[in-house]
Amino acid sequence: MPVFPSDPYGFLTQWFNNLLLHQGLPETTVRLISFAVGSLILVLGSLLFCLLLIWAERKIGGRVQDRLGPNRVGPYGIVQAVADMMKIFTKEFVTPAGVDKVVYNLAPVLSVAAVIMIWAVIPFTITFFGTDLNVGVLYIVAVGGLAEMGIVMAGWGSNNKFALLGAFRAVAQLISYEVPMVVALLLPVMLSGSMKLSEIVRSQDVWYIITAPVAAAIFFITSLAENGRAPFDLMEAESEIVAGFNVEYSGLKFGFFFVGDFLHAFTIALLFSVLFLGGWRGPAADQIPILGFFYLGIKTAIVYFFGLLVRFSLPRFRIDQMMNLNWKMLTPLSLGILIATALVDKGSANLLSSMAPTARLIVRSIILVLANVLVVWSFSDIFDVALGKRPRPVVALEPRPVARPEQPPTPTEGGTP
Amino acid sequence: MILQIFFLIVALVTLVSAFLVVTARGLMHSALWLVLALFGVAVLFAFLEASFFAVVQVLVYIGAIAILIIFAVMLTRRTKDDSGARLIKGWWVAMLASLALFAGLVVAMSTWPGFQIGPGAGPDPAILPQFGMDLVDPNKYAIPFEVASILLLAALVGAIYIAAGRKEGKG
Amino acid sequence: MLNDWLYIGIFMVLSLFLPAAALVIAGILGPKKPSPIKNSTYECGIETVGDTWVQFKAQYYVYALVFLIFDVETIFLYPWALAYNQMTFFMIMEAVIFILILLGGLIYAIRKGVLEWQ
Repeated sequence: MPVFPSDPYGFLTQWFNNLLLHQGLPETTVRLISFAVGSLILVLGSLLFCLLLIWAERKIGGRVQDRLGPNRVGPYGIVQAVADMMKIFTKEFVTPAGVDKVVYNLAPVLSVAAVIMIWAVIPFTITFFGTDLNVGVLYIVAVGGLAEMGIVMAGWGSNNKFALLGAFRAVAQLISYEVPMVVALLLPVMLSGSMKLSEIVRSQDVWYIITAPVAAAIFFITSLAENGRAPFDLMEAESEIVAGFNVEYSGLKFGFFFVGDFLHAFTIALLFSVLFLGGWRGPAADQIPILGFFYLGIKTAIVYFFGLLVRFSLPRFRIDQMMNLNWKMLTPLSLGILIATALVDKGSANLLSSMAPTARLIVRSIILVLANVLVVWSFSDIFDVALGKRPRPVVALEPRPVARPEQPPTPTEGGTP
Repeated sequence: MILQIFFLIVALVTLVSAFLVVTARGLMHSALWLVLALFGVAVLFAFLEASFFAVVQVLVYIGAIAILIIFAVMLTRRTKDDSGARLIKGWWVAMLASLALFAGLVVAMSTWPGFQIGPGAGPDPAILPQFGMDLVDPNKYAIPFEVASILLLAALVGAIYIAAGRKEGKG
Repeated sequence: MLNDWLYIGIFMVLSLFLPAAALVIAGILGPKKPSPIKNSTYECGIETVGDTWVQFKAQYYVYALVFLIFDVETIFLYPWALAYNQMTFFMIMEAVIFILILLGGLIYAIRKGVLEWQ
């Protein structure tokens, strides 16, 4: 019987189920109602948490850029996000002429829904999770595919060629960066033997960031690119003079793209903590589930903060630099690390089976770290060759003719070559 | 019983959106109805508890193939074009032929004993690791596994050839 | 397992329904004053000339194709990765050959210059 202070979620679910069962409802209806209430809590919780996230991001971003963030509305500007939300709710929906009504209106809803749906499979503590889908890792990637469709619908439904072009560029970036992400996600699955996220957390006696650091780095970088955060924020840059695929959206529709963006950033931090940092694991988290929630919160906050630092420090990539980085560096690296980890882990299994369990863990971690370092070192030469092959275009102008009084200037072709 | 109703609704949605793929106005609309039809198939996989195939359906079909089709549509057409007449001249012949095929399939499959039984206990959750083992088992599917990679390589080389040829053609 | 998918189904319906409800509320709350200038397509302040038509680069299609091929490759690798702990070394080598074949294809694509952004 879960006790309330140590396991509030388990306690509440059991109390709620007992309440419904005593009313005489059949088992399936009780399950349906408890599912509906549980998912309502998760969906509303994530959407409302986003307000806090927006405030945190603006405050931290301000401090990184040596200015105060919002600090007028409420103590330390905490109420700023609520004020913004109220403003956005009352803005007019300026719909351009000739849009396809269904597609145009469905796109922001789909973008937000695709991010919220990731929260259904994340294990927050040992008892608190939405559902323990046995293909959880692939489900997360598949939901990303739905987000891409949302962007295509937004770009096409706006009846605006700049929006369409921005949408295509955004989708090209997203699908390119999905390849190393899916391959890097293979490593936690391989090391733990299951695609269930709760099983991956449970098998992290040593955190996967230690046994698969390159995969963790690749996952982090590609998730930033999938989200469209700087330095990969070509999607929201002034790439085609306008704001990309969501140029024709106003009011809450634009607000939803914005909310989806910020929530996705936090979801990335959450996923990284679950997959690579051991999730809710920590001292005494098995017996006292609520401690696991705090551990996960701390780890996620650290990763999110790191993501924010990256966002506010690095300049934006050009699109060809971005594609080069992906296809020439990240994809071969991820495939290489997959091969190396598979071979090294299986090759050292014989050696390790003769050791004590703790020694086995330590030696295995050390061997895998060494394999990672070896792969990166061997690839670095190849990267120099592959990425440095393209000579930088000469941008200096030819010397311009200077007018001299005794020499009339000769007509040339003009300045830029 | 409730499961039957859900299944009928999802199947109806899939069939209607598949029909609308063919008859919708504008190519982009057809592509979007195709996405809905593929999603309906994914939901049907989920009904059969084939979780891996449900997510693979969404991931590969909707995330990659539908995007590819939409790009191909954009590559060859103007965006809001109506693309001419939607029904060819002898459309009633085609409809008769497909109805005849459907009737033939129903008759042929109704003699199959597997058609009559209801859904069983559902697949074992351990079927997926077993499938992984079988993929590389030399007695089972190792050769098709490697042949699949050669097939993918052939597709990749074909794509590169077309793309490189187009680049050189553009100069 | 069907319970899991029921939960996901309910979750999806809710996560589509709640933002849609918020949009409807915002539509009711906001002013509605459409005017011809407001409803015209945005083109940096200049009026739209001609139909909406986009010069589509073939490069997008190449990226989508290569993504599709690598996606299918990783789909083959996921069941293999699930059974990784029970495999012999020979089976690992088979999958490594699988990956190496496609890695070769990728290197060929890179050397051909197909994956450069034009």
